[in-house]
Amino acid sequence: MSALAFKNITSTAVPLGIDNVDTDQIIPARYLKAVTRGDFGKNLFADWRYNSDGSINKDFILNNPIYEGQILLTGKNFGCGSSREHAAWALSDYGFKVILSSHFADIFKNNALNNGILPIQISEEIIANLLKLVSSKPETKFIVDLDKQIFSTVDKSITENFQINAFKKECMLKGYDSIDYLINLRDKVERYEGRKVG
Amino acid sequence: MKGKTLFDKIWDSHVVHSIPEGPDVLYIDRHYIHEVTSPQAFDGLGRRKVKVFRPRQTTATADHNVPTINQHLEVKDLLSRTQLDKLKENCDNHDIELYDLNHEFNGIVHVIGPELGYTQPGMTIVCGDSHTSTHGAFGAIAFGIGTSEVEMVLATQTILQYKPLRMRINVEGTIQKGVTSKDIILYIIQTLGVDGSTGYFVEYAGSVIRSMSMEGRMTVCNMSIEMGARGGLIAPDGITEKYIKNRQFSKGKIDYIDYKTDDNATFDKEVSIDISTLEPIVTYGTNPAMSIPISKGIPKLENLNENDRESLSKSLRYMGFRSGQRIEGEKVSYIFIGSCTNGRIEDLRDAAKILKGRKVADNVTVWIVPGSNQVALQAKQEGLDKIFSDAGAAMRQPGCSACLAMNDDKVPAGEICIATSNRNFEGRQGVGAKTILSSPLTAAASAVTGIITDPRVFL
Repeated sequence: MSALAFKNITSTAVPLGIDNVDTDQIIPARYLKAVTRGDFGKNLFADWRYNSDGSINKDFILNNPIYEGQILLTGKNFGCGSSREHAAWALSDYGFKVILSSHFADIFKNNALNNGILPIQISEEIIANLLKLVSSKPETKFIVDLDKQIFSTVDKSITENFQINAFKKECMLKGYDSIDYLINLRDKVERYEGRKVG
Repeated sequence: MKGKTLFDKIWDSHVVHSIPEGPDVLYIDRHYIHEVTSPQAFDGLGRRKVKVFRPRQTTATADHNVPTINQHLEVKDLLSRTQLDKLKENCDNHDIELYDLNHEFNGIVHVIGPELGYTQPGMTIVCGDSHTSTHGAFGAIAFGIGTSEVEMVLATQTILQYKPLRMRINVEGTIQKGVTSKDIILYIIQTLGVDGSTGYFVEYAGSVIRSMSMEGRMTVCNMSIEMGARGGLIAPDGITEKYIKNRQFSKGKIDYIDYKTDDNATFDKEVSIDISTLEPIVTYGTNPAMSIPISKGIPKLENLNENDRESLSKSLRYMGFRSGQRIEGEKVSYIFIGSCTNGRIEDLRDAAKILKGRKVADNVTVWIVPGSNQVALQAKQEGLDKIFSDAGAAMRQPGCSACLAMNDDKVPAGEICIATSNRNFEGRQGVGAKTILSSPLTAAASAVTGIITDPRVFL
């Protein structure tokens, strides 16, 4: 589990804007054969990003040079489907640190948080506005302030608060390792096991 | 006193510690692992220099990335072989029971867990696979997790989890001819939407669920994730008890009476569904909620709101279908009967019911893939394998196969496959492959005709 502390970021955004992006699209199953963490970023959105002959699909947003940045703007229900953490690894390896959606699939959300990616949930209406804004002005920069729970444009013309559970926030800000935390609870676990048997 | 739901009873009895304003530390009774989502978790243990905390509570199988023919030979694909070797090495190093290729208990993780009796009512069960919800059919809290969480459970036998909201889906009505539990869950998903249960843990209830076999209940719970649910469960009863009796690793009689929702318990959301007029269901789009009764047409674009229209247009472009068209009668070239959704003995019996004395159409390739070696053995004992080979569709060896096409069972680009699996996502069965989800009955009927076929014509 990642122990990277999340720092505030200032970045442009990529307006993907597709609803129900499943983890098979984020990274197709044939790229799940690696036994190490490696680099999954090159196969992020592989079937959308590359043509069947391996060439670049120029129509796909990630291949459009005018859009770049550490923030991905997506449609609703991002990350549905398979539990593969490879999806979060691919997004992180590619360089995304923040993903905005009107809502995320549960398992993906956990996987993202466990890899230092901040999933920000805001209303469908605001996502729609952001998509319009970034599409017309790709140079628009945003600030993500996790501590204050604010997502805003640099000029503050758009300022949105977002919710995150206090515990998750603390873990992300400090880069806590949850597994170490649980290993330290071993006495409690053993007492629980004793109660269960007894 | 306010009553408790079955879900709450099981959850609350597994809380080791509650973090104030944070998640619960939940004890995990059974952890299933497989070759694809576990190697990086074991790497993590290595870096931490810790061993698996409770290896006896972990069971491993090779399923996602295995060939479904010639399993006695060395696996040809180097990357796949490496992944299988790594699983064996990790299990050896950590003293974990592995049902490797060719082992009599090998098979798809969500098929072998229940059939071997590892899965029991009242348990908490996790696996690095979203279809772990299958085990909820036994009245267990079972859910899919990511690899970081696999590492967490291996290291501590616990997991940090927020308690989800509770939803109950009551399914009532009379099941019509040709309608199976697969059609029922596809209909539920279509009704609630692909994200209709996100944030919830579902309890399936009602007379229709009560009347289902364990296989049928597993199919229903299996697809809970396809509407976003964290998991789905069904209260155990006499049918459950009969199923788990005499299983290899079953501990014997269970006190299933404790495992039910109290009459005065409340749910965060409750839905009732009547299936009396339901007919066989097929999907037409690129997520499992995009389905229609087989005799009906695809929704018309003009009847949808802007967002849904865009989503449907995108799917129809991929599938090569038109708004409003019927898909019954469309030509298919691949048939896949198998997976953790529909790879159990009852599913093969359904397929055999249709294929008996008939031949598969010349234009189709048919893959019948049993969910496990035990399922294959049972199928052979019942003579189903003979029915399949006489029909021109020899039964293969177990594995996840064309459900996610990590092995060689890939559907070529542009081809349509009727599949009994759980996902019709773009490229799920191979780059550019087009998937239609259905029941084993519908898949087998379509295998005979070579076109999308209502199974009722053969029943």
